Amino acid sequence: MSVATLEQRAVSPAAEEAGRIVVKDVNRIFRQEAGPDVIALDQVNLEIEPGKFYSLLGPSGCGKSTLLRNIAGLDHVTSGEITLDGEVIDGPHFLRGLVFQQPTLFPWKTIEQNVATGLEARGILKEKGHEVQEYIRLVGLEGFEKVYPHQVSGGMAQRASLARALVNHPKVLLMDEPLGALDAFTRMQMQEEILRIWQDRGTTIVFVTHDIDEAVYLSDKIVIMTPRPGKIQEVIDVPIGRPRNRNHPDFWRIRSHILKIFGFSPEHAESYQI
Amino acid sequence: MALSQPAPTGISEVQKKPFPIKNIVTSLLPLLLLALFWAEHTLLPDGQMFTKRRYLAESFPFLMGLYLVTFGASFYRKDFHEKLTYQAPLIAGVIGFLMLWDVVTLKLGLLPLPQFPSPGAVIAALIADAEVLFVSIYHSLGLLFGGYLLGLLFGIPTGILMGWFSSVNYWLSPILRFIGPIPATAWIPIAMVVFPSSFQASIFLVALAAWFPITIMTWSGISNVSNSYYEVARTLGASTRYLILKVALPASLPSVFVGTFMGLGSSFATLVVAELLGVKAGMGWYVSWAQGWAEYAKVWAALFVMAIIFSGTTSLLFKVRDRVLVWQKGLVKW
Repeated sequence: MSVATLEQRAVSPAAEEAGRIVVKDVNRIFRQEAGPDVIALDQVNLEIEPGKFYSLLGPSGCGKSTLLRNIAGLDHVTSGEITLDGEVIDGPHFLRGLVFQQPTLFPWKTIEQNVATGLEARGILKEKGHEVQEYIRLVGLEGFEKVYPHQVSGGMAQRASLARALVNHPKVLLMDEPLGALDAFTRMQMQEEILRIWQDRGTTIVFVTHDIDEAVYLSDKIVIMTPRPGKIQEVIDVPIGRPRNRNHPDFWRIRSHILKIFGFSPEHAESYQI
Repeated sequence: MALSQPAPTGISEVQKKPFPIKNIVTSLLPLLLLALFWAEHTLLPDGQMFTKRRYLAESFPFLMGLYLVTFGASFYRKDFHEKLTYQAPLIAGVIGFLMLWDVVTLKLGLLPLPQFPSPGAVIAALIADAEVLFVSIYHSLGLLFGGYLLGLLFGIPTGILMGWFSSVNYWLSPILRFIGPIPATAWIPIAMVVFPSSFQASIFLVALAAWFPITIMTWSGISNVSNSYYEVARTLGASTRYLILKVALPASLPSVFVGTFMGLGSSFATLVVAELLGVKAGMGWYVSWAQGWAEYAKVWAALFVMAIIFSGTTSLLFKVRDRVLVWQKGLVKW
């Protein structure tokens, strides 16, 4: 029994200590040839604590994805800086794993080869290759190792892309609406999976979403962003224990607070009596 | 364990009726056509005189025996039997066509000689000139593979460099656009002077013919790779080298293969024309030499051999593609 537990835990979370992200005075302006400049990020300041689950929540155009892409190093800030554990981010790095809305698996690679991509790219496939199987098991894709991406469902593909990001032992896992393309049921199932993996690994997670329920259900902290110009409105603490109940009054309290910020709570709502 | 019983076989036995009578009749069609052809060939009076046809007349019993053996063997393998049943009408059709050809030429003399010999004459030419034909095939294959591989060897890297580095693209794409569309065969007069031997000149021409489409399609494939693949790879720690060789190249392979097929086609054309004009060996040379002696049976025989070589090479490339692009199965209909 204990042996089995040890085996399941063989992927040690030791490597993912730390993972503190500091966003300081960040501006990101997209210059357009026609039309006015778009201020995607306006004077954004944020400190993300290690090991915590953060959500960036807001309507489209609020700059949440731009902020995430800048943390990933795929985009460059116009001014200000972003640091991870004190080091300035100026390009992508395998310690900052990224999961997109679309699984973006490489169609010419099997699930197993896709998961192994990070190790292959870093030239350590030989030494660390055995971990690939552990991550495939972690996301529940045993038996699908030799299968090509077009042969699996959207949910399974997204699991594979999660495993692909995790295989590098990232300090931070950046997720850009990773469940946006899934149906409601698969989505809830994947939320559980992500929580389980996060609790197992202890990685800092920055999770972009426009789904309020999803943000409240998953996060330790919710960063509320508003558009035009994209800026942080408020950072909300979610002091609810896990597993969370979507129908608990505490859950609804936070939910209605967020709705109010976005102006979706009328002052004089009808009271329904059924 | 001791209680385990053998699995019941009843179900499969009920379903088993592997050789329906309709299939058997269908797969006997070629035999029927062969018999008809044989009767037609031996019983009808000849319209053309002085044609060699010994081999065809003698081959009928042999061909019928061969087909009978194949037919009998098919009862041992169900999949082979199904394949034979599927192919049988086509084989019968080919035999029927040959018979019609024989009637129109040898028996009725409707087509002019020597340009349109009977099938028997072509077969006779094929067998009589087998030695020369083999040498020609050997020469042509050497030219074809040498030139084509050279075209691949230069075409794919050129395409990759052009797709990846805008500076390479800046200098090479005008050259490619300007010179590429010239048919490689138009270079024959220049190539024959520049290269010390006509063999080398031909290798160059075939390589050039293959190089152009392969480069274009590799280039276009690389430039159309979705940016998100690069972004994913970069967040996973990929170097530029990895991005080129392990992301851009495999992602553009479907397009590269389109180029290889186009290149193969123009290689064939260039090969034959180069041999017609300059080289003193090979299939193209054989065709023009036979024509010079007005031996049209040999020309037809050579065309037949070329069809086999070129279609064989093309199917070989199809096999390679199916192997390499196995991940596309189900993704793309082909």
